[in-house]
Amino acid sequence: MTTIETQATATAVPSGKRFFTLAGRYGTVAAFLALILFNVVFTPNFLSLQTLNVNLTQVATIVIVAIGMTLVIATGGIDLSVGSLMAIGGALAPMIFMGTLFPVSSMPAAVALAFVLPVVATGLLGLFNGLLVTRFAIQPIIATLVLFIAGRGIAQVMTNGNLQVFRNEGFQFIALGRVAGIPAQVILMIAIAAIAWAAIRYTMFGRQIIAVGGNEKAARLTGIPVHRVKLLVYMISGALAGVAGLIVVARNSASDANLVGLGMELDAIAAVAVGGTLLTGGRANIVGTVIGALVIQLVRYTLLANGVPDAAALIVKAALILLAVFIQQRAGKS
Amino acid sequence: MNPLLKALTLKSPGDMARLGVILALFGLILFGALRYENFLSQYNILSFLRYNSMFALIALGMAFVIMTGGIDLSVGGTAAMASVVAALLSPYHWAAGLFGGIAAGLAVGALNGFTVTVMRIQPFIATLATMLAAYGTGLLLAGNQSVSVSYDSGFTAIGQDDFLGFPIPAWIALLVYVAGWLVLERLPVGRHVLAIGDGEATAALMGLKVRRTLAAVYIGSGALAGLAGVILASQFGAGQPTEGVGWELFAIASVVVGGTLLTGGSGSVGATLAGALLLAMVFNILNFENGLGWISLSAYWQSVIRGGFLLIVVVLQARLMSRRTGEERV
Repeated sequence: MTTIETQATATAVPSGKRFFTLAGRYGTVAAFLALILFNVVFTPNFLSLQTLNVNLTQVATIVIVAIGMTLVIATGGIDLSVGSLMAIGGALAPMIFMGTLFPVSSMPAAVALAFVLPVVATGLLGLFNGLLVTRFAIQPIIATLVLFIAGRGIAQVMTNGNLQVFRNEGFQFIALGRVAGIPAQVILMIAIAAIAWAAIRYTMFGRQIIAVGGNEKAARLTGIPVHRVKLLVYMISGALAGVAGLIVVARNSASDANLVGLGMELDAIAAVAVGGTLLTGGRANIVGTVIGALVIQLVRYTLLANGVPDAAALIVKAALILLAVFIQQRAGKS
Repeated sequence: MNPLLKALTLKSPGDMARLGVILALFGLILFGALRYENFLSQYNILSFLRYNSMFALIALGMAFVIMTGGIDLSVGGTAAMASVVAALLSPYHWAAGLFGGIAAGLAVGALNGFTVTVMRIQPFIATLATMLAAYGTGLLLAGNQSVSVSYDSGFTAIGQDDFLGFPIPAWIALLVYVAGWLVLERLPVGRHVLAIGDGEATAALMGLKVRRTLAAVYIGSGALAGLAGVILASQFGAGQPTEGVGWELFAIASVVVGGTLLTGGSGSVGATLAGALLLAMVFNILNFENGLGWISLSAYWQSVIRGGFLLIVVVLQARLMSRRTGEERV
């Protein structure tokens, strides 16, 4: 199917549109390679294992959240609550293994619960987002705005705004542990990305997501359970945000409800947009999202490593988002 | 099909919501007046108005944007950047600070208008990006710290002084709201804004200048956010590049509470003001309640309550909307 489309567009469209089509398809990869090339030439010590580790561990949480966001956006929605849900997940976990929530009898069990319960909780909150979107037919921006505002508040109220400092090897394995020399969070990131990629490509659920985002009415008429599909993607997005929250607090050996996941919704949306998933829905490019997240991380790293102030990096990120969305939309039209 | 008919049917649930918010506002005032000794004291009323004028201004700009079916997430960042610009210019003349801040807001608004109408990027993603850019610019200009304003040029009077016994920020907000009401209810542009919100394609077919109107709405929202930034700098004596986080949400919540439909095509200036005052009043009452000592809610509860409030309102609005579409089907 794709090849037929490519041939048709290649012959029919004028060169201007063709540029956007090409830029839309290969722009992100080109930008990624250009960034690496730039860093190899200009940034000292770029080609080292440490740089690779720093960038991969930094990007893991963005990728994990952005994959959930990709699924939500593919259905034509958006999830602004991910950063706040990260804060809730990150606040819950230490409360569980430190025994502030309920008495802990055995540490391994508590650590297991500290992994499971926060993710279940944020998954349920994601389900709540989905209910607002489906049952109450509230626009996704507004529906998820509720938890964007209230979610961080809930995390702050739970911890009374206090920093939770801890040291727990079992729990912190998720961020500090290594398997065969590879950081655990990087393995987790790759696993989640691979599962999502396979789900989109080979499962009924994946096709249903694309169909719902492509044309909701048509999807409903062909018998796709539109509401259930949407509920599931918001739930997955919430649960993945919870996982990312766990990684962040485990990495920092501390949980600060005021800061965990702050601004993550922007990074995730940016990764999705730069990665080539149309923000209007009907497409889900998981590999693109991973590369998009890498581009965003590399841009930040490049600017910081070369002494550009953090504030200027914000402006660059803004321009990057606008440019990416602009090119995607142009390419999507032809 | 008939857009006029559609507008009329849209009106009734919106009107109910608007009546609701005004009744709720009076209910809260009555509650506060009966429960707390100093609630209706001159001090509380004036400081309430002085502080909340900024949010009312931003809510008005947001209301117009939402009426066109768009959204402006950049207002908080814009206000922060404008407060820095105003503070930097305040030593030269109070007017330099005032108009410099507004111009900074205008510039962000113009960028929003450009990205939405020319680049055709969805409003929420476009303004999300300009929000980042505005914060970045503000931080760069301020050198990552707050910038003290000049106390010699009279700039601080804008936010701190009174005129005829009434805070100047409140006067500004009042004037802007009267102007906003005139634009929406008495000028053709107001009709155009609502028509675009009802359906851009239809509005274009009717010969309305859709792009120009949309751009004007985003520029207006930017300018009002700039004005709010000026008041912020003047009132607190400093340009604050990290302030304004979450202001866009407060503004959106005010607009929604004010009965403006998020799908566009309907809205009211008066009810937006009532919505902004209502939300602000909730916190005022919360403060008084804490003062009584029966309960002690930390500041963190504010965002929980704010989110809960937004939830109730959007669910009610969705119910009203579905009832409307139900009627249409019959």
